[in-house]
Amino acid sequence: MSALLQVKGLKKRFGGNEAVSNVNFEVNAGECVVLAGDNGAGKSTVIKMISGVYTPTEGEVYFDGNLLTGQSPEGVRNAGIETIYQDLSLADNLDPGLNLYLGREKTKSVMGFTFLDRAQMRKDAAEVMKGLGIVVPDPSAPVRDLSGGQRQAIAIARAIHWKAKLVIMDEPTAALGVPEQREVMALIHRLKEQGVGIILISHNLPDIFAAADRIIVLARGVVGGERRPAETNDEEIVRLMMGATA
Amino acid sequence: MSKTQKTGTSLLRSLLNAWSWLFLVLILGFFEIYAQLEAGNTFLFRAYNLQSIAVASSQILLLALGLTLVIVAGHIDLSIGFTTGLSAVVMALVIRAAGPDAGLLAVILAMLVGVGAAIVVGLVNGWLVAKLDVPSFIGTLGTYGVARGAALIVAGGATVSIRSDEARAFGNGDLLGVPIPVVVAIVLAVGCHYLLTYTKFGVHTYALGANRASVERAGVDVNKLLIKLFVISAVTAGIGGLVYTGRFSAGAANAGEPILLYAVAAVFIGGASLTGGQGTIIGTVIGAIIIAVIQFGLVFTGLPPYWQFVAVGLVIIVAVLVDQSKSKLTGGRV
Ligand SMILES: Nc1ncnc2c1ncn2[C@@H]1O[C@H](COP(=O)(O)OP(=O)(O)O)[C@@H](O)[C@H]1O
Ligand SMILES: [Mg+2]
Repeated sequence: MSALLQVKGLKKRFGGNEAVSNVNFEVNAGECVVLAGDNGAGKSTVIKMISGVYTPTEGEVYFDGNLLTGQSPEGVRNAGIETIYQDLSLADNLDPGLNLYLGREKTKSVMGFTFLDRAQMRKDAAEVMKGLGIVVPDPSAPVRDLSGGQRQAIAIARAIHWKAKLVIMDEPTAALGVPEQREVMALIHRLKEQGVGIILISHNLPDIFAAADRIIVLARGVVGGERRPAETNDEEIVRLMMGATA
Repeated sequence: MSKTQKTGTSLLRSLLNAWSWLFLVLILGFFEIYAQLEAGNTFLFRAYNLQSIAVASSQILLLALGLTLVIVAGHIDLSIGFTTGLSAVVMALVIRAAGPDAGLLAVILAMLVGVGAAIVVGLVNGWLVAKLDVPSFIGTLGTYGVARGAALIVAGGATVSIRSDEARAFGNGDLLGVPIPVVVAIVLAVGCHYLLTYTKFGVHTYALGANRASVERAGVDVNKLLIKLFVISAVTAGIGGLVYTGRFSAGAANAGEPILLYAVAAVFIGGASLTGGQGTIIGTVIGAIIIAVIQFGLVFTGLPPYWQFVAVGLVIIVAVLVDQSKSKLTGGRV
């Protein structure tokens, strides 16, 4: 069986600056691949070429055996890849239900008029969140009232609810406190249990080792090495991130 | 945060959310007590007073309704001040062109053309903000000037008076005792409330006001959304112009200009925020009634009419202070 996602020879040039080149890796269903690297290594550029935000200068991405490169971000999401950016793209003034359904809201018809079905959307959101082990105290409260970890959970719930097969997370724990970082790590494990493939971007060693099935280290735009957590250690990963050759 | 502290904060927050209701009750009470003590009669329980307040609030509301949607989306529409005037003048000119015994059909046609002129302004606003990325404050300040000039040019710089029983009935008649301008405002308020609260369009408007990335990510066409919002704003303001021409049997370029500030104030008193993402039609209705009560009440007390500007100005400042303390209570995130 071929991998869920295959990244083949990706290169991105911005003007004269080659941000990323010759990036190859694969992600399997239910596997968490960590893309590690220092600031400016090219991590965000790589995932934006997967999610359709950037068109690669060279190379292709295959998803479920089909060519993905060339699709719009919308097309990539419809294919089953959900990208969770650092700002989470939540509407803070809306409740979890509306955030879950934003852009695809549920409606009901009352005497010929169409109304949003807020109650149903809230119920669905509470259910998906419960599946992630999170109980939202007041499902009608705007998500700005929730903790950072719970807000992450809504973004992840959105991916699960819309049946994403691959979830990409760009430094999800960067802005969180320690307990919330743990919450997010637990969420990643639940996603994996549900057979979802994950690309996690991080340069935080504890996170990398807690989540990864495989670690791909980027340094100055190229893959410096690929390791399984069991066959490496903090020191080696840091050395690779600093640009030592493998 | 301790439990009692938390209940205290949420109590304070609900009070701040309801402050405009409390304020309305307070000023109504004040004018009623004043009337009883000073003149030995009633302020509130007299049909004439209530009708005057209702008509004055409708005229403010017609500008404020569409504006609420634009402000919830995180933008502003200053052009409505003269969109109202443009539509008033255009309606009057069409009725005049139709001749002295223009019937109901001509008046309806005139109204359609008047609203059509308003829609043009709305489309230009939407295009400037959505496609050219012009900040709405600047873009609609520009169309404010253009609509003003256009209204004055087509009107030949004068007030366009008309003679039409149908138009006069539209502005001054009543439906089961409720003045028609008030009926129009109620119908539009219900329509805008439905749009903002019960439709996808409304949710996207709130989301756009809170975080543009959230709606873009959801695959919503933000440009289309913005254009629709500015067109709705122009349409309600344009209908305000129709009501004006009906009420006074004349269209004037500056029909909406004195109301613009009041309309903006009504929206903010009603709980909207300059940063977008919040505000409701019900709040705006309360805001418009508050301003109308202040206007009418101060005249009722016999104070020189200029005091109403001071009073409304002070209420706007209070509204902004309330909004700020609300966002402090929610941890600064709006
Ligand atoms: N849109 C862009 N235009 C020009 N250069 C860019 C752009 N995006 C990223 N880069 C450059 O590409 C390199 C990699 O950036 P990035 O992918 O954001 O790294 P990381 O996410 O690992 O911190 C950096 O040198 C950055 O300046
Ligand atoms: Mg980055």
